[in-house]
Amino acid sequence: MQNRHKMRKGTRHIVTGYRKGGHFRRRLMDLGFTPGTEFRVVKDTPFGDPVVVNVRGYNVSLRKKDLEDMI
Amino acid sequence: MIDIALVGNPNSGKTTLFNNITGSNQHIGNWPGVTVEKKEGFSKLGGKELRMIDLPGVYSLAPYSPEERITRDFILNEKPDLILNIIDSSNLERNLYLSTQLSELETKTLFVLNMTDLAMKEGMQVDDDILSAEFKQHFIKISASRGIGIDTLLDTIDKMLDLDEIIKPDLSYMRKDISDGVEYIKEQLGEIEHKDFTALKILEDDALITADNPLEPDVLKQVSDIRQDIMTKYGDDIESLVISDRYDHASSLVRKCLFKSETKSMSFTEKIDTVLLNKYAAIPIFLLTMFLVFQVTFGSATTYIVEVLETFISDFLSPFAGELILSLGASDFTAALITDGIIEGVGAVIVFAPQLFVLFLFISFLEDSGYMARAALLTDRILKKAGLTGKSFIPFIVGFGCSVPAIMAARTLDSEKDRRLTIFLAPFMSCGARAPVYAMIASAYFFRSRSLVIFSVYIAGILVAMLSGILLSRTVFKGEESPFVMELPKYQMPRVKSLLRHTVSRTKEFVKKAGTIILVASVAVWLLTNLDPSFRVVTDHEKSIIADIGRGISVIFKPLGFGSWIPSVAVLTGVFAKESVVSTISILAGADGVGVLMTPLAAYAFLIFILFYVPCVAAIGIMRRELNSLKWTLGAVLFQTATAWIMAFIIYNAGRLVGIE
Repeated sequence: MQNRHKMRKGTRHIVTGYRKGGHFRRRLMDLGFTPGTEFRVVKDTPFGDPVVVNVRGYNVSLRKKDLEDMI
Repeated sequence: MIDIALVGNPNSGKTTLFNNITGSNQHIGNWPGVTVEKKEGFSKLGGKELRMIDLPGVYSLAPYSPEERITRDFILNEKPDLILNIIDSSNLERNLYLSTQLSELETKTLFVLNMTDLAMKEGMQVDDDILSAEFKQHFIKISASRGIGIDTLLDTIDKMLDLDEIIKPDLSYMRKDISDGVEYIKEQLGEIEHKDFTALKILEDDALITADNPLEPDVLKQVSDIRQDIMTKYGDDIESLVISDRYDHASSLVRKCLFKSETKSMSFTEKIDTVLLNKYAAIPIFLLTMFLVFQVTFGSATTYIVEVLETFISDFLSPFAGELILSLGASDFTAALITDGIIEGVGAVIVFAPQLFVLFLFISFLEDSGYMARAALLTDRILKKAGLTGKSFIPFIVGFGCSVPAIMAARTLDSEKDRRLTIFLAPFMSCGARAPVYAMIASAYFFRSRSLVIFSVYIAGILVAMLSGILLSRTVFKGEESPFVMELPKYQMPRVKSLLRHTVSRTKEFVKKAGTIILVASVAVWLLTNLDPSFRVVTDHEKSIIADIGRGISVIFKPLGFGSWIPSVAVLTGVFAKESVVSTISILAGADGVGVLMTPLAAYAFLIFILFYVPCVAAIGIMRRELNSLKWTLGAVLFQTATAWIMAFIIYNAGRLVGIE
């Protein structure tokens, strides 16, 4: 349950790696989530998931679980 | 003819620039070999004939979805003379990441910094001279939406086309181990195009490119050793290291060329999002928006226009044409074929064009404004339950207009599983062509509660699509849960011109279909209705060929309550185009006969059947193309028809059990 609260609005996280490989990893890296990159949770949504994060100066929405897999 | 390809991130303003340069001189063309619409347009520059190609937006040159593959394949295989890389200046870093990759190719490229006015508003100023110097490439600043810098851009394009020199790729921003590895592979490759790109791909161990460029076994061994050494040293694979190096390069460029002013107030987009994505308000706003779209589209104003058109056709156009043809000496048979067959048949469908125009206008507005991406985000949680992601929301909402573009929109989805499942379910979103059937049947059987009845059919479509998704994603489409990644573009006021362009071209498709498929179907139905099996003209439809066909297949529909010949024939002609159900029934039963074909309960089961059963031939054709498999297409058709039969069966028999007729 602790993980559920990790991606609270306003928190900052650093990409350390990827749980899943292949296409999805490639996509995330192409979007700028390379190891060492910081991203910031900028918005909660009504259902609490997905959330909106800011990475490299722009906004993108992802599911919490996929974000947690990166940190 | 000189080919110029427009390449850039999604939402970087490519299409605006494309429209700006080509004006109205463009068309959406099907391309040989590829199953895709790329837009091409034409323009003249000095004495040069230009063909501009607007390619789907991409984040990188690694193909991810089929849509993105088009862009990469075009650049690598069709060899454009010049690439215009459109860069969103207000989102510089990620856009420059793509630019970095383009600079690794040997294609002449002009880098266009777009949306400079928007960046300025957000307190950001980009220095194009610094970028040109650092990148050793040509950068130029414009604002496509305001038409600023277009003349300079055209001049630069003209000059660049005349230049013979190509700026050689320079991979010095990669870590030394990688650039050394690339140099080694380059020495082993013969004279080929895009040498740096190819060498890099071989180092990354890209199976396709390695197979296309066979190397000696000892060289391959050497490459594999280099790769292994780098991977051990950095603890990551080459692909990942390369992406990191490119992004580091992009971010160091941004630090040098981007000047931010200190005042950082909330941007326009952030302000709107605090409301539209608000924890409490977002869902009500979303539902209200959807309600408004449907209310206006199918509401009294558009319905009134539809009725006026109907009256015009049946009370004026049809009799007028009939008299005209008779006065020219045609036989009664020919005159009836033209008036009752063609004019009434095609007319029954064409009158719904205004309604579809309004729906398509709303969809284009939602897309262009940036709200569609938010809607996808809001629906992700629900669609996740059906084994999909919020991205499928876009094909689904388009499906309410027409299944054909909806099935095509599935191309933007990231995984094969999502694409297939979305194509299976998108036709359950009741398309515009089915609306006339609901309108006709509901008015004839449920006049006082007709809007409620029609609304319930739409809801049934959504619910059954969700249930089917839950079922299919746990059986046929079992697999890993797909990730959801959705960029949230900046809000913008859609431009009237581009809205109209989208809407008109979508509506045109509908009208074109009425003019072709439905015309043929109407003529066929009319002939089959007015001839008996020995091809003699009959006045009693009961004796016609079509009545025989209808009686033949009606046994399938007996358990659903509408097992008489007219509805059976209508179901059959509906496969040509769902609108044909309306023209068939009106030809066979006559305007006054619609309401006495079946019981109200059976009429409702009939509506449900029409909603779910096989989409029209056009949609089946597109499904075949997009699924790229006959087996899956047949599977989808069978699944949809089985769903239709089962749902209609349940409704009719459950209704009878509780005593409804």
